[in-house]
This record gives sequence, structure tokens and C-alpha cells, in this order.
Amino acid sequence: MTIHKGRGFACINYPIGMNLGGDPSQALVHSTPDGKFMVALSSIDLGQGMKSVTRQIASETLGVPVEDVYVDTADSDTGPHCMGSFASRGTHRVGNAVIRAAAEARKQMMEAAAEELEVNASDLDTDGAGNIHVKGAPGRSITVAETAIAAQFKQGRTLSGRGIFLVPPSEADPETGDMTPVTCFAHAALVIDLEVDDETGEVEVTEINSAYEVGRALNPKLVEQQLIGGAWMGVSHALYETTEPYYPRRDHGPEDFNTYLQPGPGQITPHHIAVLERPAEDAPFGGKGPGEMCANPVLPAVANAVYNAVGVRCDQLPITPEKVLKGIRANGGARPQGAR
Amino acid sequence: MAKTPVTFTLNDTEAALFVDPGASLVDVLRRGAGDLTPKQGCAQGTCGACTVLIDGVPHLSCLTLAETVQGRRVDTAGGLADGPALHPLQRAFIDGFAAQCGFCTSGMLMAAKALLDHNANPTRDEVIEAISGNLCRCTGYEPIVDAILSAAAQMRGQPALQQGAL
Ligand code: FES
Ligand code: FES
Repeated sequence: MTIHKGRGFACINYPIGMNLGGDPSQALVHSTPDGKFMVALSSIDLGQGMKSVTRQIASETLGVPVEDVYVDTADSDTGPHCMGSFASRGTHRVGNAVIRAAAEARKQMMEAAAEELEVNASDLDTDGAGNIHVKGAPGRSITVAETAIAAQFKQGRTLSGRGIFLVPPSEADPETGDMTPVTCFAHAALVIDLEVDDETGEVEVTEINSAYEVGRALNPKLVEQQLIGGAWMGVSHALYETTEPYYPRRDHGPEDFNTYLQPGPGQITPHHIAVLERPAEDAPFGGKGPGEMCANPVLPAVANAVYNAVGVRCDQLPITPEKVLKGIRANGGARPQGAR
Repeated sequence: MAKTPVTFTLNDTEAALFVDPGASLVDVLRRGAGDLTPKQGCAQGTCGACTVLIDGVPHLSCLTLAETVQGRRVDTAGGLADGPALHPLQRAFIDGFAAQCGFCTSGMLMAAKALLDHNANPTRDEVIEAISGNLCRCTGYEPIVDAILSAAAQMRGQPALQQGAL
């Protein structure tokens, strides 16, 4: 029995969002009478941080404290339309829609404040702490709450905004095939170190090193969290998970969490991440978002590392001990490819 | 069928409920007592999302007959906070970004509490062992292990551990 070490590399260009006849998302923003702001979306937060990021974006655009912004993603029946939380599109598409909606609401808020302060709206600014003041004269100010109350009960005005962001449909040029399906790409490079036991065929990932370029990391801790969790899922897909039986008969297939295999807390792999920030021009505050590509590069990197370790090229996932052993046998033994 | 009266202590309050024969504890906690913190992920004892403490010992409430907690004490994640003051475990989970969708979180918290209640200074391996019956789809487990170790340090009066690989 020998343990063979292997290293594998993969890099990806990941298109943000999709385009099958246009890719729109909408957002609506309105103030409550006491000067809090509600962002209505149909873009569901599955834990990836959609609510946190859109809340930050709305607060930044409105110029009000983040605590005063609420994001409601409750109901796609009654909320503004969204294509959905997939294709890593949330931050980019929905974030852009929120910027537009919040900018319109801010304009109304400034006009309402201007009326109260008897100045021009263009002479006003927000301090981000809940106040609107005359530029250069912070003493002449009104709170956002007072502005909202005045708008609602005195001026008969809403502080609200509508936003949509659409990546329009792109037809392929029939001559050249040229098209613009997406507006920006995120990028990643990832190195896997692992060990393969040539007697049991077992593969153990020992270290992950990665670099991700996600535009601006709008919420760095959320980005880190997604990358760590996503890489775990990538390892799980590469080595364990399948709804197909490992062995030929259907009744050997997984039926529950006892037989649908995933790595557990005892198989945590050290993962070192470098996040590179290159803000995208058409992205909200430059943020493209990590999304699906948290898991994607892990799979080819694991497959390459297994090849590097024992010379077995698995072209079907997951890379189970059985497939590794069959490959080793077909080659007449392990064939380490050596350090590259 | 006749219902059975069951009385037990649920997070410091007395619960008195009529339960159907064969009803699971998770069902009775959620629908009867209105405590939605125990989650039902698999209903067959394989995910740990429904973990609660019965007399201080972690149990899978999906596999526990509600009638068997008669006269006993049941602790759920719903009882961890003291009013607005979060339990150190909850604080550490938030500070360490140890939840994404949050479905596993209640079970993780209770498995961790059971550990820390009798072992104030667990090793990393002991933490891993304690949550090895709890599945998480989102976090990759590492932030959870870190958060539990951090909470343990804090409960011993040491500063919270530095977290995060970035
Ligand atoms: S619901 Fe009880 S273990 Fe999954
Ligand atoms: S945070 Fe989603 S399952 Fe653990």
C-alpha cells in the first residue's frame, strides 16, 4: 500500500448571470412614515447573503444608515419581478435594480427635505447617519424621519422608487456566431493537494489554495463564507455525492443521508483564499459576486490532482474509490505523474 | 384516538400539552408548543437539525416519542438567549459567520451546548465529534467548529478567538 500525493490546478472564467431572451430583475423601494426604508424584491435569499448585500446597496444609495433599511423578499406573487437567485446573478442584476430604485427614492426624499428647509434640493446632502443638511452648513438640517413624516402627512408625497436592471437579449450573429450573452465575468484559480491510497482507492483532499476575482467584495465576510462553504461542496461533488448507485444495481443507490455521502466536520480541509478586487464597470459598486463559482473550479482541480497522483484520468463524477482502483488496475499499477 | 396529556419543562417554562399517540417530539414542540427552533430535516435521525436536550443530553427529537418527555426537561435553541442577551454560542455563530441558510443552526447550537455544559475546554477533535451527527450543507463546517471553540473560550473568560482564513 502506498499513499501517493497529487496536485491539481484549475481556473475558470465565470459569466455572471445568464441570457436567454433577456435577464431582468426589478426592485421597489419605499419609506415608512417614520423614515425607514423598505426594499421589496422577489429575489430569494437562500443563505448566500442577498438580503445583506441589497440592504447595504440600498443604504449606500439612499444615504441613510443600514439599520434603517429593511429588505423584504417574502413573496414572488406580490413582489416585483425577478428572474431568480441563480447563475450567480443576484448581486449584479438585483443590486443594480436596487441602486436605481433607491436613487429615485433618494431624489424624492431630497425634494421633500428641500421643501421643509426652503432650499434647493441640489443644495442638500445626506450624512449617512439619518440627517439631511445644506451642503457646507451642517447646522441647517432635518432628519430623514422628519422628512418622511412631512412628506407623508403634510406634503402628500411618497418617498419611493422603482428600479429595473435588464441585460437585453443578445442574438448570435448568423455569420460569425458573435454575441454578448453576459456583461461581465468573474474569475478563479484553484490548487488542490490530495492523497490517493492505491490499495483502497480512497482520495483525501489535504489543502486548497485559491484566488477569486469577484469585482468588489461588497461584504468581505460573506464572500469568504461563500467561498469556504462552496469549496466544501465542490469537494463533496468531486468525491462523494451522486444520486446514482456506486454499484450497478439501482437498489444499491442512496436513499437518505446515511447513504448519500458527503464529507462531515471531520474532513475539513484547510483552505487559503486570496480575494482580488477588480470592480466591474456595470456592476453595483463594482461587485460581481462569487455564487456558483465557489464550487466549480474544485471539481476539475480534484480530477487533475488524482491524475497527478496515480495517473488515473476519471472523466465521470464522483471520483469514487472504485473508479480509482479500476483505473489503477487498467494501467497495471499506480503511475504517479510526478511533480510539475 | 385518545390523546395523552404530557407535561414537561420547556426552557424554564412548564408545558402541558395533549399529544397524539406516536407523535414525535419535534412535531409537538413545533406545532403544539409553538417553538419553531427545532427543525425537521429528515425525520429519520440522519441530519441532526432537530437536536434538543432532554435532561441535558442531546436527543434527535424526530425519533423521540413526545410522550416519553413526561416530567422531564427539554431545552431547545429557543431557550438559549436570556431576553435580548444572546448565549455566547449564538454570539459566536453570528460573529464567526457560522450560518448561511441557518437550517442546521439550531441543531448545531444544541449539540454544542451539550458539549460545553460538561466540557468547558474541549479540543478541536472533541468539537468535531460533538457535531458529527449534524449535517450542514452551506458552511463547510469549519466556521461552525471555530465558533464553538470561540464560545468555549469566551465562557471560560478568555477573549473570543480570532476567526476567518481571509
Ligand atoms: S430531523 Fe431529526 S435527525 Fe433529521
Ligand atoms: S447553514 Fe445551511 S445547512 Fe448549515
